[in-house]
Amino acid sequence: MVNLKENVQIRPLSDSALVIHVGEGISEAIHNKVKNILNLLERNPFEGFIEVVPAYNNLTVYYNPIEVYFSNIEKGGEMPYEKVKATILSLMNQSHIVETTKERVVKIPVVYGGEMGPDLEFVASYHGLTPNEVIKIHSSVEYLVYMIGFAPGFPFMGGMDRQIATPRKETPRLSITPGSVGIAGNQTGIYPLETPGGWQIIGRTPSRLFLPEQSPPSLLQPGDRIQFVPISLEEYKSDWEMETWA
Amino acid sequence: MGIKVLQPGMLATIQDLGRYGLQKFGVIVGGAMDSISLRIANLLVGNSEGEGALEVTLYGTTLLFETDELIAITGGNLQPTIDGKEAPMWRPLFIQKGSVLKFNTAISGCRAYVSFSGGIQVPKVMSSKSTYIRAGIGGFQGRKLLKNDVFELDRRSELGENLFKQLKKEPTPLSWSADYTSFVTFKKTQTIRFIRGSEYQHFDEESLKTFLSTPYTITTHSDRMGYRLEGEAIQLKEPFELLSEGVTFGTIQVPPNGKPIILMADRQTTGGYPKIAQVISADLPSLAQMQANGRVYFKEVTLEEAQLALIQQERKLKELAFGLRLKRL
Repeated sequence: MVNLKENVQIRPLSDSALVIHVGEGISEAIHNKVKNILNLLERNPFEGFIEVVPAYNNLTVYYNPIEVYFSNIEKGGEMPYEKVKATILSLMNQSHIVETTKERVVKIPVVYGGEMGPDLEFVASYHGLTPNEVIKIHSSVEYLVYMIGFAPGFPFMGGMDRQIATPRKETPRLSITPGSVGIAGNQTGIYPLETPGGWQIIGRTPSRLFLPEQSPPSLLQPGDRIQFVPISLEEYKSDWEMETWA
Repeated sequence: MGIKVLQPGMLATIQDLGRYGLQKFGVIVGGAMDSISLRIANLLVGNSEGEGALEVTLYGTTLLFETDELIAITGGNLQPTIDGKEAPMWRPLFIQKGSVLKFNTAISGCRAYVSFSGGIQVPKVMSSKSTYIRAGIGGFQGRKLLKNDVFELDRRSELGENLFKQLKKEPTPLSWSADYTSFVTFKKTQTIRFIRGSEYQHFDEESLKTFLSTPYTITTHSDRMGYRLEGEAIQLKEPFELLSEGVTFGTIQVPPNGKPIILMADRQTTGGYPKIAQVISADLPSLAQMQANGRVYFKEVTLEEAQLALIQQERKLKELAFGLRLKRL
């Protein structure tokens, strides 16, 4: 049994946030530990706790230093950072790493190529592959969502086959349509909102990633597995209408 | 019947203290750039201090009052006038039906806050009234105010109602105003305090000296999301890869071109550039009031000093709030 506190370092980000550093690089083992700590802190919120943001190998914990200070003032008014750090360490000290509950597999339908994926041809020719081979490679593996950031509902995923890793476009597009599926280096991602961006766009999904009217407001969560499912333009359009009229 | 926008001005949005609890889904915090001015504005009209108010940027915003209201104007001095006459700031104001409030142009600071007693009647989205323009949610229909928009106000609190009646009867305005000088300053050149950023030690010695000793100018490519700075470029000792991770209000990132960017209210939840410094929370309101071409000197403090400064600021705000309640007894 591995204690959650083991090999963990805590440092300040600001006077109102600290970072729990879990390990180096990107791996599923580190991700599992990050999720363990996320669950622990969310289930045991301390006084002044605001929220936690998990990343690849660390978590940022936001707290209200004023609340921490005044909740603690009879006990000598320790500095909020020290108090929060000690609280988190003691919580982690009482916990062990467990395999987190079974991951969800979320299927993301994608129309590849054509108008929906204007850079598919480029990605294919960059690697001497056919567009169909790129589609097959992109849609044949499960991806792990490590974290959500950059934009609401935007998943940072791992697991893409290096065979289709492609550098960003030299000139970013001024506007990318929501739902666009792209490749940048050895990452793949989905744009939830209309934003400028330099990713190679290979397809588009009718699935909405940002759901402001729902709780949680994101289709995806850290720890989800994603499977891309190729669909036709006709299927996209019928799906899209269903989404729009729903 | 409510408040009608005659001219939207440069940028006017509804903001409160921000949208918390959903950053792990990439939902930004947003909220008032100068949260202290927003809180004082609300306290002055008997609102809870985190109520949604109007953040008016630089110039032009013009509002018609279709009913008698109680408001307060705080923040930067954008030369507000009511029916052409100078409107006093930092105090409760009774506004007569048919009056026009106009923000002319900023002579100090960058953003004014208008609180309305009772608060602005817009739905909370994910527990906040803050406008999140990029996602099109919150505030007034998820966007900045436009000409001919009309927004309604909620019912005044008992405190607000009493003050409203008192000021309506009293023909001469209160001579009193809230003393804001210990909370926020409105200067074109400011010294802003910071604590070391997470990657501070990755920057080369010369660059760190430069950062501490030379001023940086806020460029015109600055907005609610971030302030881009112009000045001596800052270099890393050697390039290194940083994975995306949490960033916050006041985080100073250095992209490869060496020009620092300070993340502001509408920052993204995560970032991947090395972080040289972190502006202390107590100095964020003053920073948020700086305009393009303002100059910033950076001064290092310890984390303990940063937290003490914030606690001190909060104590003073509590005293101010207490004083306001006494005034109304």
